[in-house]
Amino acid sequence: MSDESYPEELRYHEAHDWVRVEGDTATFGITWYAQDTLGEVVFYSPPEVGATVTKNADYGELESTKAVSPLIAPLSGEVVEVNAALDGNESTVNDDPYGEGWLVKVRLSDPGEVDGLMSAGAYRELLESL
Amino acid sequence: MVPFAGWDMPAQYQGVIPEHLAVRGHAGLFDVSHMGQLEVRGAGAIPFVQRMLSNDIDRIEAGRAQYTLLLDERGCPIDDLIAYRFADDHVLLVVNASRVQADHDWLAAHLPGDAELEDLSDGIAMLALQGPAALGLVELPELPPFGFVDAEVCGVRAIVARTGYTGEPGVELMAAAEKVGPLWDAIVAAGAAPVGLGARDTLRLEVCYPLYGNDLDDAHTALEAGLGWVCALDRKDFVGADALRAQKEAGGHDRLVALRVEGRGIPRQGMPMRPAGEVTSGTMSPSLGIGIGMGYVPADMAAEGTEIEIDARGRPVAARVAAKPLYVKERRE
Repeated sequence: MSDESYPEELRYHEAHDWVRVEGDTATFGITWYAQDTLGEVVFYSPPEVGATVTKNADYGELESTKAVSPLIAPLSGEVVEVNAALDGNESTVNDDPYGEGWLVKVRLSDPGEVDGLMSAGAYRELLESL
Repeated sequence: MVPFAGWDMPAQYQGVIPEHLAVRGHAGLFDVSHMGQLEVRGAGAIPFVQRMLSNDIDRIEAGRAQYTLLLDERGCPIDDLIAYRFADDHVLLVVNASRVQADHDWLAAHLPGDAELEDLSDGIAMLALQGPAALGLVELPELPPFGFVDAEVCGVRAIVARTGYTGEPGVELMAAAEKVGPLWDAIVAAGAAPVGLGARDTLRLEVCYPLYGNDLDDAHTALEAGLGWVCALDRKDFVGADALRAQKEAGGHDRLVALRVEGRGIPRQGMPMRPAGEVTSGTMSPSLGIGIGMGYVPADMAAEGTEIEIDARGRPVAARVAAKPLYVKERRE
């Protein structure tokens, strides 16, 4: 398991997703808090490459030893890559949630949606209020 | 902690997967104090137990325990349990926590005048020490599988039994509730990993031990559950035997089968199967790294290798009927 952290360079969604924006593409993953709450991840059901994801709608599923959790898209767009390396190594989501444990890469259909996401500071405040 | 049958139970300590692997690789210690203990005493104890339980307790002598079933008249399990034969007038039944009351009520309703029944559950705590290193960690009496003896372990008086629910060598220890804390501490200090209920479930499922409430219930008979081997139909009469004999004669009944996922996906309790059936238990197997489970299917789908599709919340998961147990330890030199 990793240590609790919320990198400053990422943006956050209230469903405990993080987003790394690079040009018109964004990488999605789940936050340290999300993986800690979910517990040991044992299965990842990703979307298909080419699928459309819609902000605030389910785009896949993570299953842990404790629970099944839908993945909520923090932004809208088209899936251009899924993290195939997680297949059989799902615990990477726990060990390295912001690095090797990323989930999908999405070509954004509305990059303006990024402005609606939280900074690391705002997300930390959200966690403190829970 | 999670609530279970009125108990606050440790679901996990370090995490299900490391705890599971600790039991398969070395030794783990479980607090199973939620298990119930019903004591039957008196001159009529053995005949009463013979009439109420499916297995033949006359096949074991004093100091041995036996896996057995408490059945209703239809041959469906009220509970699965271990019967400890202390003496010809004394048997202890170790039963599932969620079934203590149901078992007690059923037994009490059939109790003859020459036997007494007492629920000792509240006063007895129980630990399970399991794993390939379990028998060498602390000083234990030497026992054959399913043997038990009253002994002192780490300075605490306990009933030590070579039983368990993991498929590994090990013992289960029953001690007075107020004495069990120091016993736990001593065994953990000797190197056993504390293991919670989460890993208890993954361990038992890998070796296809059924769990009451998942794989055993009042809608499926002992034969359907694959537990005909603990029903002494040819040796004695007991409650439920007639129904089981009729079902055995008729054949063609549903069967509880083991399931192995072919690709990706995890079976879970309640998932429908196609062309027919329902998953009763499922998990990601920490030892095998694949989804595994058990479930009831019609007789024509019960053959090993039969292809089955599991409906995992709308996503099809390909699986096959597999041999039991699903996990077999590699033979060591």
